[in-house]
Amino acid sequence: MIEKRSLVIIGAGPAGLAAAVKAKKAGIKDVLLIDRDIQLGGILKQCIHNGFGLHVFKEELTGPEFALRYIREIEELKVEYKLNTMVISVDKNKRITTVNPDDGLIVYEARSIILAMGCRERPRGALRIPGTNPSGIFSAGTAQRFVNIEGMKPGKTALILGSGDIGLIMARRLTLEGMKVRAVCEIMPHPGGLTRNIVQCLEDFNIPLKLSTTVIAIHGKRRIEGVTIAQVDDSFKPVKGTEKYIECDMLLLSVGLIPENELAEEAGVELDPVTGGARVNQYLETNIDGIYACGNVLHVHDLVDYVAIEAEKAAKSAVRKIKGKTRKIKKRIELITGNGIRYTVPQFIDVTDKEEKIKIYFRSTSIMESIKINAICKDEIIFSKKLKRVAPAEMEYIIISTDDIRGRKMIIEARAK
Amino acid sequence: MKKEMVCISCPKGCRMTVEYEGDKVLEVLGNSCSKGWDYAVDEITKPVRIVTSTVKVRGGKLTVVPVKTNKPVRRHLIFDVMNEIYKAEVKAPVKEGQVIIKNAADSGADIIATLDLKKI
Ligand SMILES: Cc1cc2nc3c(=O)[nH]c(=O)nc-3n(C[C@H](O)[C@H](O)[C@H](O)COP(=O)(O)OP(=O)(O)OC[C@H]3O[C@@H](n4cnc5c(N)ncnc54)[C@H](O)[C@@H]3O)c2cc1C
Ligand code: SF4
Repeated sequence: MIEKRSLVIIGAGPAGLAAAVKAKKAGIKDVLLIDRDIQLGGILKQCIHNGFGLHVFKEELTGPEFALRYIREIEELKVEYKLNTMVISVDKNKRITTVNPDDGLIVYEARSIILAMGCRERPRGALRIPGTNPSGIFSAGTAQRFVNIEGMKPGKTALILGSGDIGLIMARRLTLEGMKVRAVCEIMPHPGGLTRNIVQCLEDFNIPLKLSTTVIAIHGKRRIEGVTIAQVDDSFKPVKGTEKYIECDMLLLSVGLIPENELAEEAGVELDPVTGGARVNQYLETNIDGIYACGNVLHVHDLVDYVAIEAEKAAKSAVRKIKGKTRKIKKRIELITGNGIRYTVPQFIDVTDKEEKIKIYFRSTSIMESIKINAICKDEIIFSKKLKRVAPAEMEYIIISTDDIRGRKMIIEARAK
Repeated sequence: MKKEMVCISCPKGCRMTVEYEGDKVLEVLGNSCSKGWDYAVDEITKPVRIVTSTVKVRGGKLTVVPVKTNKPVRRHLIFDVMNEIYKAEVKAPVKEGQVIIKNAADSGADIIATLDLKKI
């Protein structure tokens, strides 16, 4: 049996929730939201700390409170949702195959799809730390779930590898719960997470942050007993003589997130090898007509507010498509990452017959101060913006008018002022 | 005197330069909104933080419920507040915004639930 819906949204984290609310309010009656979890809200349910919502709701909320705002709207607007339902495949004809313990297999056919599957943490395997494989090694997100949702203490003393935000937040959380955090080690010369979290999660509690340092060995047979850390040189090789043994019964890994894109790939959605997410245009539409992406499945966000804003934009685009109100595309411009730019979203721009102001989000490859961000078409700078500082951990944007774009390529670069 | 600081009132994390004399803030540069100014004043005179944690629940769908202080508390009181949070226990159902501890550790802030939690 095939069921039809105008819009199917996969994933009910903040991205999926915000998109569903927006689409329903814009008059799409048959919106369906699907999640494999038993609750709405995605990863926000375990992010119990505050710092969400200042831009969208103008007040500071915790993760669960932020999710609740949308969940209440979902209920009020009577948006149809299915929980405990796993999407197992999506194809380019926008057929979505789902399984659920009550209904078994159901196939939906949608006019538009919004991908909002979030991301998952990089596992230990991706790191290749030599040594034993004892228990007590968790991803920071797993530890977060243990402590915040299941109310457990996963150990007594921890070392955290990686200074991503989840690792920093967990350093404070474990400390507050009476566990000891020996240090946060970061292989890069700069921290991975937001400065705000370095201040209020580490400095407030005197937890040392060791930059250019990594774990080179894990010790312990059944349970982890300690790790050896060492400083690294410019090519990330351990420096002899800097090794130090640190006793701990937990090792938390906060070494990055990867968008969860197996489904998208199967549908033929082209991915950006840098973000791990789909390549999209300014409407957040992928290379497949009517399939959109937003939130962490598109690229990793540090601000949930930006996730919600992006999701609303994807919903607006999908609604326009469903209502047949899209404009004809005149040409496609590829964005190219130049000096100092790690990635941009969108990756390409579809120029129509109407002038449009386009917000191009980007991340830099390193920390740079007093710089200019240039947009270059046919060797000519068509736009330039001064920035005091950019850092890989903080997303920035520029706004470009489609009327200024020449040719079929545009380079975005960062240069010293 | 001058101090470099990062506003942590929101994740934007504006880098600010604060000029002050004793307890008096004279100038703040680099903030993107007025919260930055307020933060700089607080950080110089009396650093405060919102505390978030979980409280044990009896008879609920989950064994803990997330909570927060309903206003920022003085930084040196964080562990006193936590001590009261460890000891507390509530009975399901819990509603978002429900007060679980009044005036925790005399900080002036209440501990409130940040999630609805149903009974089993
Ligand atoms: C472990 C972890 C901890 C984090 N902690 C923080 C933090 O403390 N602070 C912070 O600011 N940010 C944190 N983040 C970042 C946070 O994920 C984003 O800010 C935001 O939640 C992203 O929203 P989203 O809707 O894109 O994804 P998510 O919230 O991850 O939601 C995606 C949803 O899609 C569902 N899904 C995925 N695949 C399928 C499928 N095949 N079928 C059905 N459903 C599916 C998932 O179950 C999930 O509910 C964390 C991320 C992770 C992974
Ligand atoms: S000054 Fe305003 S925008 Fe900047 S970090 Fe503080 S609260 Fe956020």
